[in-house]
Amino acid sequence: MAIDRDLKAAISVTRFGLGAKPGEIAAARGDPEGFLAAQIGAEGADRPGATPERTVERFEALRAYQQDRAADKRAGGEISEARKMAGQAIRRDTGADFLARVQLGAATPAGFRERWALFWANHFTVSANKLATAALAGPFEAEAIRPGVFGRFEDLLAASSRHPAMLIYLDQAKSIGPASQAAKFRAADSKQNGLNENLAREIMELHTVGVEAGYAQADVTEFARAMTGWSVNAGGGANERGGSFQFRERAHEPGARTIMGKRYAQEGVEQARAVMKNLAASPHTAHHLALKIARHFVADEPASTLVARLRRAYLESDGQLGEVARALIRSPEAWDPASVKFKTPYEFMISSWRAADITPTDIAAISAVMTAMGQKPFSPPSPKGWPEEAQVWCAPDAVIKRMRWAEGYASDATGDRDPVKLADNALGARLTPLVARTIARAETRREGFSILLMSPEFQRR
Amino acid sequence: MTRADSLASPARRLALMGALGLGIAVEFLGSRAWADSEPASAKKKLVVIVCCGGLDGLSLSPPVGDANYAALRGPIALAPFGQAGGALKLDDTFGLHPSLAATHALALKGEARIAPAVATPDRDRSHFEAQDVLEGGGGVVYGTASGWLNRALEAMGPPGKVKAMSMGPTAPLILRGRIEPVSWSPGGALGGDRRLPAILQDLYAGDRLLGPALAAGLSAQAMAKIATAEAASMGGAPAMADDAAAGKGRSRQNAPQARNLGATLAGFMTQPNGAQVAAVVMDDFDTHANQGAAEGRLALRLTQVDAFLDGLATGLGPAWSDTVVIMATEFGRTAHVNGTGGTDHGTASTALILGGALKKGGIVGDWPTLAQARLYENRDTAPTLDMRGLFKGVLRDHLGIERAKLDTLVFPGSAAAAPMSGVV
Repeated sequence: MAIDRDLKAAISVTRFGLGAKPGEIAAARGDPEGFLAAQIGAEGADRPGATPERTVERFEALRAYQQDRAADKRAGGEISEARKMAGQAIRRDTGADFLARVQLGAATPAGFRERWALFWANHFTVSANKLATAALAGPFEAEAIRPGVFGRFEDLLAASSRHPAMLIYLDQAKSIGPASQAAKFRAADSKQNGLNENLAREIMELHTVGVEAGYAQADVTEFARAMTGWSVNAGGGANERGGSFQFRERAHEPGARTIMGKRYAQEGVEQARAVMKNLAASPHTAHHLALKIARHFVADEPASTLVARLRRAYLESDGQLGEVARALIRSPEAWDPASVKFKTPYEFMISSWRAADITPTDIAAISAVMTAMGQKPFSPPSPKGWPEEAQVWCAPDAVIKRMRWAEGYASDATGDRDPVKLADNALGARLTPLVARTIARAETRREGFSILLMSPEFQRR
Repeated sequence: MTRADSLASPARRLALMGALGLGIAVEFLGSRAWADSEPASAKKKLVVIVCCGGLDGLSLSPPVGDANYAALRGPIALAPFGQAGGALKLDDTFGLHPSLAATHALALKGEARIAPAVATPDRDRSHFEAQDVLEGGGGVVYGTASGWLNRALEAMGPPGKVKAMSMGPTAPLILRGRIEPVSWSPGGALGGDRRLPAILQDLYAGDRLLGPALAAGLSAQAMAKIATAEAASMGGAPAMADDAAAGKGRSRQNAPQARNLGATLAGFMTQPNGAQVAAVVMDDFDTHANQGAAEGRLALRLTQVDAFLDGLATGLGPAWSDTVVIMATEFGRTAHVNGTGGTDHGTASTALILGGALKKGGIVGDWPTLAQARLYENRDTAPTLDMRGLFKGVLRDHLGIERAKLDTLVFPGSAAAAPMSGVV
């Protein structure tokens, strides 16, 4: 399908990217595909924040807090004010991480690269549903996900599965092989004494082959046994810092494992690595990822030809995600003039800031609004991550809250700018005559900008 | 015709705008004696609570009288009846978790019962598959794109009023489909530009996604004015935006908010033209580690569940006698405690059935016991009752939906799962 170059420029910035900043669509017009391809690079995605804190630093703060808190409890049961403040400081760090990511999204000239990174962060979801994962969710994304989003999927899978945030989020860190040395030395009635299959299950179901690959409960349990020992260095030794991956040989279940018909006789940490390698190479994984990428970038119900292209790119490149990204850009289905993806609250707000070239700064306000719209910062409801379907996000209550936020934001952000011009910059050839006319007839500038933000074409991408 | 169509008329919209700007518009929220002009079935109310994450039935309704219970459960077993932190007695075998005091009081009046070994047809122990099957109502995963509660509304005939609503900012699968439901969560009161809603309604006229959603959202805002006022008159803390979907926090102090949210839902359902059917989704039941027993992580969550149910039952007042509430989860958890003080994904779990419209009786369905030989795949509570049969029984006997529609439209291909009799 041949489409107009103006429309293609608008699609490149709003659908593949995070929404247009003033002038961005014009910049993409010369070569919309090239504009996107230039954002792919071996160094991965940008890291949010000027001087981001690392996992080890966060882990130390978290560990000190937990130890002091336990000491408070032993001493008298009351948690001291100092401890409460330490807990709040950890939560504030999470907010700062999120704000840094929002600011990157609002400002970056490489919107496609950032969307690609956000896709993979959501694929390997770590939810801030407990204090430990709240403290580590930002560093996890910065260290385990962003550097590898254009590299090999196998490496990204390994980086995610080794990171303390994931090991803690899905209960892997304390999983112990029932026949391991560690199990033998523990009291038989200890409640912390055995196998936890949570991460193994989600790696198979969500991160790699997908549930339609047809594996059985026994495969999950076998993989969980292979993964025993994958844990977190808790630190605390004389000169030892915690917060890094540690393979606990003594917790590892001895012996060979059989998973989805393949036998793994490797010892130690290599066993689960070998399983992951095979999972990453599976055609089921290629299909699962291709479908998910197509659903995210193009349509909730994507064309099977598009899925097939992405699947092929994955298999032919040995899982090079940069090649899959290039295949997406080259796919004609991805440039369908009909925009059917409904923005998530995060996408809606980021694109709103970009439209007026605003850098948001108030994390408390952002957090409250995103929570009200159903997308609490860093807190997807489950390891499956945020949903893609328009019907989920376009619920009546959520639309009211978008409208309310758009009004408030527009009254702060519009100033003396012309909303017709803002609309033109934000949507380019995707702006419909009806919406352009309605904006032109608005009573005030801010009403005009509100109409743009809430217009059907701005709500979609 | 869906609700959205009826909202498109200018007079209707004007009434809505009035409700938002000035308080209450007569057409929409007046005190019309609707019960007189509608059949008795229109007074019947149904609330479905979906507990996501796999709620542990053996903790919700612990079978402390089962010979194998204590040994299987170890540190997370609840104490026998009468002991400190012990289960609240239902019969010789079953009790309720000690956090469920209000629910237990209802059970003693015959207004709460348990189905202790119920499961969907899904057996893969995947949250996401099992949730799709539970809420979609298909016999297999991805069997349906809409939710069974929405199709039940279709089966009930043309909607004349706000039929269904969900609590929480996003739309759960169970209520997605051809009938546009209302959704509501705390914290959305409209201020600012009164023109914008009307302008957007014109702009969304041809938009099949945004048009109905905005119309339903505006009507929910109007209804919320009444509902929250009624809840506030019951006392308790106001429902805050952070407690959307019955409170995410794990603190016991959130119980008043959960109670208030239940009362607010009751306010939505009791006002004239209020919702007849509602869906509530709660999450955070995936207790792989440190589940706790009488105290602990799950106990705190159940405290909120109990407060929500209490607020709902109390708030419904006389309408409680026309109400059925079903609380179900996508699957239960392993009978054995796992290595990290929790339980892993299992099969059958407990469904809780409440309401003044219930028939008195014992447990719903059979109890397979926890004898090792009776466990499903040597690890889980074995299912004895198809979840669809339970839902179908309530839809038939409470809302009057005929069997043929239940077997084909509401739960496609479910003819073999007979509606459960004797619940309502």
